[in-house]
Amino acid sequence: MRLTDLPLRQPAYVDMIDWNALSATDGQRLREFGLIEGADVEALHHGGLLGRGPIACKIGRMTIAMRRAHAAAISVRIGDRDERA
Amino acid sequence: MSAFPLVALVGNPNAGKSALFNALTGARQKLGNYPGVTVERKAGRLSLSDGRPVELVDLPGTYSLDPTSPDEQVTRDVVLGKQSGERLPDALVVVIDASNLDNHLRFALELLSLGLPTVVALNMVDLASRDGLELDPAVLSRELGVPVVPTVAVRKRGLDDLRGQIETLLNPAPARAKALPGDFNAVRAEAKRIAKAAVVRETPSRRLTAAVDRIALHPVFGLFMLLGLLFIMFQAVYAWSEAPIAMIEGLAGTLSGAVTDALPDGLLRSFLVDGVINGVGSVVVFLPQILILFFFILMLEATGYMVRAAFLMDGLMARVGLSGRAFIPLLSSFACAVPGIMATRTIADSKDRLTTILIAPLMTCSARLPVYAVIIGAFIPARDVGLGVGLQGLVLFCLYVAGIVGAMLVALVLRMTVTKGASGSFLMEMPKYQWPRPRDVLLGLWQRAVIFLKRAGTIIFASTVILWLMLSFPKAPENSAVSQVNYSVAGRIANGLNVVLEPIGFNRDISLALIPAMAAREVAVSALATVYSLDADEDEAKLERSLGDRLKDNWPLPTALAFLAWFVFAPQCISTIAVTKRETNGWRWPLFMVGYLFALAYAAAGLTYWTATAAGL
Ligand SMILES: Nc1nc2c(ncn2[C@@H]2O[C@H](COP(=O)(O)OP(=O)(O)O)[C@@H](O)[C@H]2O)c(=O)[nH]1
Ligand SMILES: [Mg+2]
Repeated sequence: MRLTDLPLRQPAYVDMIDWNALSATDGQRLREFGLIEGADVEALHHGGLLGRGPIACKIGRMTIAMRRAHAAAISVRIGDRDERA
Repeated sequence: MSAFPLVALVGNPNAGKSALFNALTGARQKLGNYPGVTVERKAGRLSLSDGRPVELVDLPGTYSLDPTSPDEQVTRDVVLGKQSGERLPDALVVVIDASNLDNHLRFALELLSLGLPTVVALNMVDLASRDGLELDPAVLSRELGVPVVPTVAVRKRGLDDLRGQIETLLNPAPARAKALPGDFNAVRAEAKRIAKAAVVRETPSRRLTAAVDRIALHPVFGLFMLLGLLFIMFQAVYAWSEAPIAMIEGLAGTLSGAVTDALPDGLLRSFLVDGVINGVGSVVVFLPQILILFFFILMLEATGYMVRAAFLMDGLMARVGLSGRAFIPLLSSFACAVPGIMATRTIADSKDRLTTILIAPLMTCSARLPVYAVIIGAFIPARDVGLGVGLQGLVLFCLYVAGIVGAMLVALVLRMTVTKGASGSFLMEMPKYQWPRPRDVLLGLWQRAVIFLKRAGTIIFASTVILWLMLSFPKAPENSAVSQVNYSVAGRIANGLNVVLEPIGFNRDISLALIPAMAAREVAVSALATVYSLDADEDEAKLERSLGDRLKDNWPLPTALAFLAWFVFAPQCISTIAVTKRETNGWRWPLFMVGYLFALAYAAAGLTYWTATAAGL
């Protein structure tokens, strides 16, 4: 499931990121924010009318905002990563 | 430069570096620029316990040592000792946000691997514990291999301890670099492990912020809230300023009365009364309104709401091809375009940034407020249009909206033509909400007041005096049919310029005011005040009347409206042109900006005048 489709306030973790869909600087920024494969993520708010605005999501104790185009490059899985094993 | 040891504050954005810097250095700060780049250098003096001085620099915040903007480049080059105009720091103070350890520790590890003597300031421990997070600095210190000092920069907690640690670092000691474990992901994992080890107690995070954000970021309620806030802001500009403005006006009246009584009629008296008191006074009168505006902007920034506003507006920004980040420089351009244009440095994409710079002057800056206020005061009745909404505040709000809509349309056109390129992005950290400390807000207002009064005392004073000179000479012959203003140098120039401006409804006095207003927009007001003050010389009774009343006698309503429309786009402001030249490295873009703004101002004023005339106003 893509991060854009993740229901709000549903804990999930990052399964895969399509780094090629992101510009080099945006990709770097995401990594610096801690958004990498395996990170816990939770969508908090969808901005803008008609669902076209950015998405705010929680990564660790930090909240970051990104556009839908970025969120669409991030695949997530519902659940707690530590329970997978 | 100085022979004192150099200590640099470094860390992620919003870790509290500047707050710590202010707390440690007090008022002893020096602003400058790094050579060759337009990045501000903020340095100050810190005294150690034995009185030894240390130079402290506040480096731009960055998330890693791989820069994505000119600011971040400076930070990297300074800590690597490669920045021209800066020595390699003798020690680093790495500032980390206690409530965001994983992330800030990753950068801290990167910095520690440089091997410079380092102390870690574990800042914002107050916010962390409000958020239910208890940390053990001793564990952190052991894991990182450097001293860790818990601090609360804004309450000045932990500062003595930090100062002591800096002192220890500066005594020659063998520096040990902490080896960096492999690649990016490995560093991150290490940061996470250390953060986990340091946690004593943790409850789910950000309850307060999350609760507020449910409303503040809601697509419908959030937008209403934002518009409501902006609307209240513009109403307040009028509602709260009446009393202080009356006070300043009273003072100016008393002063010019005293001068008139004390001096014989002549050049000196005319200079003091018409040029200085009426001219400069007519601008100073707007200090209360400007401070109210800044008060709101400072509050929006300090509470953490500004980024939320950017989040709400990003959809709109995306549609005109801008980055959502651009909203923040644009909103601060409401106060002044100069800091707004400088704040565009945080926008990584160069085309995005250029577009933002070019439209920043369309945001209604506080220098336009005097112009709007005097015209609205004179021509728009102070009526209540229902629900306690004043008509004057409403018109002001509309002028701001006109600027915003204009800016969006211009951005759209620019992004399809001269600044074509990949669409912008929006990737931002959302800070936690917090109450601004009254002291910080007051300090910000005080700095603004000083800047404004300095402007009034220099640029505005000088242009008013030059205009007064050009209006007073040559002297019209006694009993001449031509008035002094028309006979003077300035009057003759204005009459020439008026040929171009007459079609859009401007009269000679406006042409006259627009020339010195190139120096700064608000000079238009002082210039008008001087013109009408000189014109009223013969008639003592007229002298008593306010500028607004005089304008009302002399201008038809369509002219006043056209004048307002002109100022929505008005390009004149030397400081903005200069900062644009500096930020875009050349004359090309500032000239383009001035050109397009003049064209728009002319068209807007013309359209307004013709429409208003046709409507029979
Ligand atoms: N509650 C709290 N707020 C802080 C602390 N330090 C800084 N702040 C606030 O956090 C915000 C960001 O701080 P600033 O110094 O501008 O961060 P910088 O980007 O690292 O320079 C400001 O609103 C500060 O007032 C702290 O220790 N406690
Ligand atoms: Mg700072």
